[in-house]
Amino acid sequence: MTAAPGRPVLAIRDLTVALPVDAERAHAVEGVSFDVEAGEIVCLVGESGSGKSVTAQAVLGLLPPGQLRVTGGAIELEGEDLRAAPAARLRSLRGRAMAMIFQEPMTALNPVLTVGEQVREVFETHGLLSPAERRERVIELFRSVQLPEPERLVNTYPHQLSGGQRQRVMIAMAFALEPALLVADEPTTALDVTTQARILEIMRTIQRARGSAVLFITHDFGVVADIADRVVVMRTGKVVEQGPRDEILKNPQHPYTRMLLEAVPSLDPDADDGASASAAALEVRNLSKTFAGGGWFRRGRTVEAVRDVSLVVRKGETLAVVGESGSGKSTLARCAVRLTRASSGEVLLAGEDIAQLETGALRPYRRRIQMVFQDPFRSLNPRRTVAAALVEGPVNYGVPRPEALARAKRLLGLVGLGDDALGRYPHQFSGGQRQRICIARALALEPDVLIADEPVSALDVSVQAQVLDLLADVRERFELAMLFITHDLRVAAQVADRVAVMSKGEIVETGPVADVFGNPQHPYSRALLAAAPGRGRL
Amino acid sequence: MTGFLLQRLLATIPVMAVVAVVVFLLLHLGPGDPAAVIAGDYATPEDIERIRDRLGLNEPLHVQFLTWIGQVLTGDLGISIFSNLPVAQLIAQRVEPTLALSLGTLLVTVVVAVPLGVAAAWRAGAWLDRCLMGGAALAFAVPVFVIGYILIYVFAIKLGWLPVQGYRPLADGAGPFLRHLVLPVVALSFVFIALIARVTRASVLEVLGEDYIRTARAKGVTTFRLLRRHALRPALVPVVTVIGIAFALLVGGVVVTESVFNIPGLGRLTVDSVLRRDYPVIQGLILVFSAAYVITNLVVDLLYSVLDPRIRG
Repeated sequence: MTAAPGRPVLAIRDLTVALPVDAERAHAVEGVSFDVEAGEIVCLVGESGSGKSVTAQAVLGLLPPGQLRVTGGAIELEGEDLRAAPAARLRSLRGRAMAMIFQEPMTALNPVLTVGEQVREVFETHGLLSPAERRERVIELFRSVQLPEPERLVNTYPHQLSGGQRQRVMIAMAFALEPALLVADEPTTALDVTTQARILEIMRTIQRARGSAVLFITHDFGVVADIADRVVVMRTGKVVEQGPRDEILKNPQHPYTRMLLEAVPSLDPDADDGASASAAALEVRNLSKTFAGGGWFRRGRTVEAVRDVSLVVRKGETLAVVGESGSGKSTLARCAVRLTRASSGEVLLAGEDIAQLETGALRPYRRRIQMVFQDPFRSLNPRRTVAAALVEGPVNYGVPRPEALARAKRLLGLVGLGDDALGRYPHQFSGGQRQRICIARALALEPDVLIADEPVSALDVSVQAQVLDLLADVRERFELAMLFITHDLRVAAQVADRVAVMSKGEIVETGPVADVFGNPQHPYSRALLAAAPGRGRL
Repeated sequence: MTGFLLQRLLATIPVMAVVAVVVFLLLHLGPGDPAAVIAGDYATPEDIERIRDRLGLNEPLHVQFLTWIGQVLTGDLGISIFSNLPVAQLIAQRVEPTLALSLGTLLVTVVVAVPLGVAAAWRAGAWLDRCLMGGAALAFAVPVFVIGYILIYVFAIKLGWLPVQGYRPLADGAGPFLRHLVLPVVALSFVFIALIARVTRASVLEVLGEDYIRTARAKGVTTFRLLRRHALRPALVPVVTVIGIAFALLVGGVVVTESVFNIPGLGRLTVDSVLRRDYPVIQGLILVFSAAYVITNLVVDLLYSVLDPRIRG
């Protein structure tokens, strides 16, 4: 556990990992060198494709066999060369001397074994403790990661736990044998901000108490600001800059680091958010949505996803709805565009109530309210060209084809793509480009209201900034009323004029961004803001 | 769990009721007079009248149905027209050979096919996988009677280790019973081993790509344990589905194997009865097969919930 003085727990020298021959570039990771000392948290930061996860997997020898292969350099764990270690030695080090926590708590646990069994397995695998002691230890570990009712929870299956609880189980598993090195690959990315804050706190507490070395992989500079001792910035497989946290955050040397930091939206709202007095484009009154389950033999449980929500979005204004997963914000959006029918309440589109209209009567209104979805990789039909995607909507509403095509070309120019994009398929574009296409698709129908459901949460921070700029630009240009659904308070602060905070299906607070962020009234808004990572440092 | 079981049991009642109605109507759905059809081409009008009388065909349809369903529910499946023996007795005699053959085949299949499938998935794309899957394709392609005759030629005629044909009931002792069962079971297993090995391979291969496999590796779990506990267990649901289908197929239709090895099972009774237009026996067999399917499905459903806690709900 305690490293010899002066020797890092993990030393990576000139690490090179080859990609398969037909890949875009030759190496996933090239000439990467850095150390992680005992008792230190080193954050490995970079955008998707930077090679940060590959580096982490290479350390544990978990690279997908047959696809990626370490071709050069050295990885030393407490002085032992891991590249030279035989498979059996590597296996015995895994879990005991080095452990890993993964990004997706939903899929990282075996669904058919109880969580207790899975943590116990760490001891079994390494032949430690008697069965009774193992049971004891697991309960202790669950207590140390602040899982409620550990005695009961050891016998539950992963699907019976929340995402945050599952990640705590993962942490308990990783720290079970007090490894010298813990590698955490985006461990909080899939979690809500308040859950994230608690998980980070737990990790840091245990790490400090045991003096473990932690290699923490993240794309989120807020998280970096909160927990890192040192930072290593990666880009396309290479380290561009490394140093102590404050040096990197306050005085970044490399232009790429500077660009990344500048792209992080600030929590301070823009100054010019004057109250808008234009006409209401979309108004939701007392909207509720209840989901009922059950079948022939069973009485189902009912879920009130949205409860008595009222809001107004004016022409040329952006209203951000912020909240954690399960708060009902997406259901609200889906009711507003009538992808689902609200249980009660009104949805007024320029004064007309569309909440309960039948399909036929609804048709003329569909055009006027359009939506941009979260995942640009899945919201475009992979077998249809961009032109087909952009032309379909207007043609459905009677626009002659040549005119629709001309409009599609204009819109592609507007969102920053050339005419040549028309004949191509979605898979030929990057995530950011696809989201631009989705925005163009929504605009092709010339809507009055644009609903954006987490439109940038699947994108890298630098791309995210560009798409947010684009959305602000089109809103102004077309005087759109925009309802912007997000879990990210920084994004909300950047794009919104007003903000509504949602919790458990209800809007708990609403007002101009500067007021809500500067002086939150409701306890939930305060908790949410306090949990935002990197607060005060970025 | 008991609630789930009860619910599933209740759900089998309407299924069996529909089957019963269809089986009853079987006799009346064909063109012409059922009695004349049963009696055959050379029957005298008196023969036909006798059959009609014996089957109660002169009664109104609903009375006939109620009488019939009442008999069925008390275990009386009627009298065979061909042999004049009770249908229930005819079927009961044939159940043991068929069950012995089916269960034996299933046992051999699962014991061989599942490890092979896991091994193929673990070494997907490598020579082991290719050999196994090539062998599976071959086992699919060769008809069971060819395999049967080859086995008889080699192990019964040339080597003389095992009997050529026939069946000995378990009551005659376990030794003769098993010796007579080995060759038919092995012959019949080939195609099912191929099928289940393929399904196991596909299912395990999919699970091996899951995140929790990586988690298990990060714990330092050995390969054997990884495959058995983390890959095979979650992969079993589709495998059990196919095993259930295989069992239902085995109970209902192993005519060729029964013929090659001269085993007096349900498959041969079915074929003989159809050829003799022995309607009461056919009706009884359909009821028995349907019940076997329904029970197999029930067992498979229950196994799902044992194997996957998420299905328990």
